[in-house]
Amino acid sequence: MNSLTVAALLLVFLGLAYQQGWSLSRRLATPEGRLHSRPAYHGSLVAIWTVAPALLILALWALFGNTASRAFIIANLPAELADQPASVIEPAIQRVRQIASGFGVAGDVQPYETAAGQALRQFQVIMSATVLAAAAAFAALSLYFARRRVALRLQARNEVERLVGYLLLACSAVAVLTTLGIVLSLVFEAARFFTFVSPADFFFGTVWNPRFSTTGAGSGQYGLLPLLWGTVMVAAIAMFVALPIGLMTAIYLSQYARPRVRNFVKPVIEILAGIPTIVYGFFALVTVGPFLASAGAAVGIDIRATSALTAGIVMGIMIIPFISSLSDDILRQVPRAMIDGSIGLGATRSETIKRVVLPAALPGIVGAFLLAVSRAIGETMIVVLAAGNSPFLRANPGEPISTVTVTIVNQLTGDQDFASPQSLVAFALGLTLFVMTLFLNMAALYIVRRFREQYE
Amino acid sequence: MTHNQETDTAAMNMSTSQFIEDQVTGSSRQLNEMKTRVTARDVNVFYGAKQALFDVSVNVPDKSVIAFIGPSGCGKSTFLRCLNRMNDTIEGCRVEGEIRLDGQDVYDPKIDVVELRARVGMVFQKPNPFPKSIFENVAYGPKIHGLASNKTDLEEIVVTSLKKASLFEEVKDRLHEPGTGLSGGQQQRLCIARAIAVSPEVILMDEPCSALDPIATAKIEELIDELRANFTIAIVTHSMQQAARVSQRTAFFHLGVLVEEGPTEQIFTAPSDKRTQDYVTGRFG
Repeated sequence: MNSLTVAALLLVFLGLAYQQGWSLSRRLATPEGRLHSRPAYHGSLVAIWTVAPALLILALWALFGNTASRAFIIANLPAELADQPASVIEPAIQRVRQIASGFGVAGDVQPYETAAGQALRQFQVIMSATVLAAAAAFAALSLYFARRRVALRLQARNEVERLVGYLLLACSAVAVLTTLGIVLSLVFEAARFFTFVSPADFFFGTVWNPRFSTTGAGSGQYGLLPLLWGTVMVAAIAMFVALPIGLMTAIYLSQYARPRVRNFVKPVIEILAGIPTIVYGFFALVTVGPFLASAGAAVGIDIRATSALTAGIVMGIMIIPFISSLSDDILRQVPRAMIDGSIGLGATRSETIKRVVLPAALPGIVGAFLLAVSRAIGETMIVVLAAGNSPFLRANPGEPISTVTVTIVNQLTGDQDFASPQSLVAFALGLTLFVMTLFLNMAALYIVRRFREQYE
Repeated sequence: MTHNQETDTAAMNMSTSQFIEDQVTGSSRQLNEMKTRVTARDVNVFYGAKQALFDVSVNVPDKSVIAFIGPSGCGKSTFLRCLNRMNDTIEGCRVEGEIRLDGQDVYDPKIDVVELRARVGMVFQKPNPFPKSIFENVAYGPKIHGLASNKTDLEEIVVTSLKKASLFEEVKDRLHEPGTGLSGGQQQRLCIARAIAVSPEVILMDEPCSALDPIATAKIEELIDELRANFTIAIVTHSMQQAARVSQRTAFFHLGVLVEEGPTEQIFTAPSDKRTQDYVTGRFG
């Protein structure tokens, strides 16, 4: 279906309906009887009533059109092919679709495929015309009824307000429902994984060795602890780098910097936040890792180029703007009167910051810290490239490690079989990660909210 | 200004002059012989390109209260904040002229601002206790300046300061509860106690009662009168009644210019300048 035609049709109806509602309501208004709502609201209401049913038809087509065309293709294929398993019939359907779309296919085209393709083409043309006509008919019909509703006392303004409310609610529901969908898919897939491996073995196992799915289901060892340890270690190193630097930056920006310096420095720092993490990843791989290795060698410490330390330090640099920007906002919320009070007592700038500003802003800073930690835990690309991908329990940060996120990437790249624990474990890992960051974020939001209440 | 307010002001001026005749006549002669604590000569203040104060010269006498009055935006708070260099914290603010505390130039580059602010304490318009306990609020200054050698000393300073600020009786059972939990008037007295705790020589008060109800205001005014025995006090106020009640000398500012300065009774009963006359009788401002 040509989406341009659809859009044009909808726009025509929208404009027509609005104009109708507007002029109709204006004609109704007499010196004796005032309109309840201004003509613009009547116009909007009629427009909404007209376009909404047409949109509904189109939405239904978008949802079920694919199923319908699929059924049509299967009906047109030879009967012996229709009885084949999914692995045979799916490519066949795909080929027919491609023939119908006119892009052509690789290999020789069978006569039955050409026939099915042409049939599908016709089917599509007829169906889209039907849907378009149905949408237009519905729009016209509802325009007729909506026009009849226009009356002097029709509370069009209130109705439009209510409908706008629903629209906004629907938009926010999209985000909530998506989250819910993600969580549910994680939970169900993770539950399938736990039919292969017991939760105790997963959560408390100290060996990570999933083998490959070709060697047989359930033959590997799926201990979470080495991965969790790697995640925690990298995140800890990152925070060790990011917290002092980020916090000091925030203190400088909020308390010391002149506006001109601030207006220059703050955006520059925030550019750091805009660098894609993959770029940080090869910065770690190419620059930081070798540098750390040679620096370690110079003082006689064995540091690998790809190690927890490399990944942690670069991740820390990535998180600096996150901490500095959030903390800067929080530090600036500390009332000026309180700072003046301290300075008026003869405290120096730094004493004021240490004894008044930081304690007052502490809950907010803790909140910022927790948000940053949850980012560090969820970060993937830097660790994929620079942590060495070696899932063993090791205490030395100079050695390579692996994290939960890296392992998810490993388990889901290449050939996958979503019936094997080797792939399904990714969902259990994802769920673990999700729960961890969820709790961190909830704690952070709770603490930040407590802090906000204090100064209002 | 409405008619009603005008009559109020007139009534106030009557009671003001009555009050001054009763209270101040005896001490005014004495005041003239008092030594001067702070002297300001030709002070000009600029906020960026805008000039806020023009050639202000005033003497603040020792162990007495001087009130700075004037309409909003006249520069009285700006001048007050010059005395302990609080204006330093404002971006683009520049002070010219000479301000001396006990003969020492306050704006001398060699002077230690921290020490200056310990000698010249400040109480702000809105009570601004720190989000700490009552005890910690008062102990803040002494701790910073190392005034107490041990815990007992510190406790003594805190208790004495709270007593001097007439707050001790009300809070003695809850010294370790947050200072922000007190009422507005109590918070302001806590801020005064906090300022007193560093034993300043001069206390600057920037409209200390503007956020308080009349009862709390009366308490603070009473307190200011008591504090006069030990401290030199400069107070900025919008309320002419307050200036008349608490101060021995009054300075009237208008549009950044010090119009007139003299004994309070004289400013309110026989001002020499027409603008002062108009202001104190409520004709403008």
